[in-house]
Amino acid sequence: MGKDHKSTVIDATDHVAKGGLLNRRLFLNSALATTAALATTRAAYGQEIVGEGQEDWVITPGSSALEYSDRSRFEADTVKRLLPDGTEEFFNLRLTKYTARTPLDHMLGTITPSGLHFERSHQGIPDIDPDQHSLVIHGMVKQPLKFDIEALENYPTVSRYYFLECSGNSAVLFQDEPTDQSLQQIHGLLSGSEWTGVLLSTLLDECGIDPNAKWIIAEGADNGMMSRSIPMDKALDDTMIAIRQNGERIRPSQGYPMRLFNPGFEGNTSIKWLRSIYVSDRPAMSVQETAKYTDMMPDNKSLQFSLEMDVKSLITRPSNAMSLQKKALYEITGLAWSGKGKIAQVEVSVDGGKTWADAALEEPVQSKMLTRFRIPWLWEGGPAILQSRAIDEFGRIQPTRDALISARGQNPIYHYSAIQSWAVASNGEIKNVFA
Amino acid sequence: MYLHKFLIIAVLMGASLANAQQSRFGAPATQEDIDKSFWTVFPDGEFLPDGEGNVAAGRELFEYNCTLCHNMPGENDPVKDEIGKLFGVDDKRGRTNLQQTIGSYWPYPTTVFDYIRRAMPLIAPMSLTNSDYYSLTAYLLYENGVIGEDEIMNKDTLPKVQMPNRDGFINAYPEVPEKYKAKD
Ligand code: HEC
Repeated sequence: MGKDHKSTVIDATDHVAKGGLLNRRLFLNSALATTAALATTRAAYGQEIVGEGQEDWVITPGSSALEYSDRSRFEADTVKRLLPDGTEEFFNLRLTKYTARTPLDHMLGTITPSGLHFERSHQGIPDIDPDQHSLVIHGMVKQPLKFDIEALENYPTVSRYYFLECSGNSAVLFQDEPTDQSLQQIHGLLSGSEWTGVLLSTLLDECGIDPNAKWIIAEGADNGMMSRSIPMDKALDDTMIAIRQNGERIRPSQGYPMRLFNPGFEGNTSIKWLRSIYVSDRPAMSVQETAKYTDMMPDNKSLQFSLEMDVKSLITRPSNAMSLQKKALYEITGLAWSGKGKIAQVEVSVDGGKTWADAALEEPVQSKMLTRFRIPWLWEGGPAILQSRAIDEFGRIQPTRDALISARGQNPIYHYSAIQSWAVASNGEIKNVFA
Repeated sequence: MYLHKFLIIAVLMGASLANAQQSRFGAPATQEDIDKSFWTVFPDGEFLPDGEGNVAAGRELFEYNCTLCHNMPGENDPVKDEIGKLFGVDDKRGRTNLQQTIGSYWPYPTTVFDYIRRAMPLIAPMSLTNSDYYSLTAYLLYENGVIGEDEIMNKDTLPKVQMPNRDGFINAYPEVPEKYKAKD
């Protein structure tokens, strides 16, 4: 019989690394773009109802437009995961579930829908009336000023695409044993959005900052008044007062009505529900930059102000959120990012790091934003270990887990940025492993 | 000539030149605005308020306001330890931050006051007086083995308290020191 129309012709020149990794341009070729022949049936002698066999939604009127749209009811399982898992007793005292992780395995592209953006608060999400809220900028300035949301909306704004990652993301991988938590649980404190706001430098300029000022201290209007100190060079560079996320006003869980946004910095520095910026010549040494968000090194010294996020990447498909059903051609895809700038290169290995091949980077590659990478992979049914390794425009290379732990030990719970390994077994099951 | 022109413009602009930094849409912030939103106290004691407290008063306040969620010294309710372990100088260098207690880890005494005033008790932060927060700070420092039982905490004494892990931190901004960078 003729050739199966669904098979793909792959020849030796398509192989770019061991284990079935194929030239990243393969999916661009027309080889896969074949269509099944359409079977058509004709009603006999024009006597049958023509809509016979059509689904309900084709032959009944649809529903009305809505003032605020929701997604399909069939997508209800694409949800954030509320963590940590705790006993009822714990949450009775803790009062709020304070962490929600993005379902990275359900995502393609680089933008996280606002409703699926990860959340982390220390003492819950405040219900702020914007008419009673403003940002006060004071301290080492010529004139202290305050800005409410209406005032901020009048300034020239910038709209930029940025990732946000909690420095506690992936922390469980510091532990001795590889966890069987899902991709979402392990790595879901990561999201990407378009953030719109007023550059902080614009507002600081109007306040007139003292040349001796070296830091700003930001405080929120939440229960616990989260506070962090940010170096002035950052504040005058790309830090913004964000008022919109993906076009609409930022959501309560993201800091409504206004938040600080420090591109590329660890998430908690982007103070939500921002209410005060004190211009200072020294840091506050607040609890969140001393007791918390610091990492004890093997010599018992602790790294403090580890503000910039490291270069990092992660295969999101295939991952342990799924299993491979059959030997076939798959696309390996994932996300890469760097707190310093742009991703320059992502390499992928399916043999546990013995051989590597360049993945294709989805344009546009943006500074301090998620970059999607992809590469075709022919899985022939054998065991494989999938890894990705990112390199940023400054030549920083994502380390192996061994290299990270030998430099930093296993005391830290922040800034885990090592290569993620997914082991594919012959039966198609996928597990998180250390390799 | 140039200077002359400048002078004329300056005169014409009159009063508005005095505050040349006119904000386009911002409003002047009053001291009241600032006091309401700014709660930082610095390690050198700047912005510490008046008032004072002692260990005995702190113990009583702690029992009443804090033990719903935090263990008393010597108590070992694991749920409460997970919420926030406040005592225990012996188990420093533990595997998680929860083990890094005030006595074993926190570098500045002022951070204790700053934090518990802005954030605790969780159900009602800022519900106590400044003197109460000084007393609670004194109690926490005492039970962590940092100060003596008779020491009074106020804006002069608190910043002078020496924390055991005062020199335990290394600045990682803008660059992490070379020896802590992962190398393949
Ligand atoms: C309703 C529960 C609750 C009560 C009551 C409470 N706390 Fe807390 N406390 C917490 C939680 C939750 C955290 C952790 C907050 C976070 O994650 O940011 C915490 C953290 C702390 C910390 C930091 C601990 C660490 O991990 O280093 C201190 C200090 C503290 N509380 C002191 C107090 C004091 C003093 C009181 C009484 C005035 C008090 N707390 C009352 C729930 C409570």
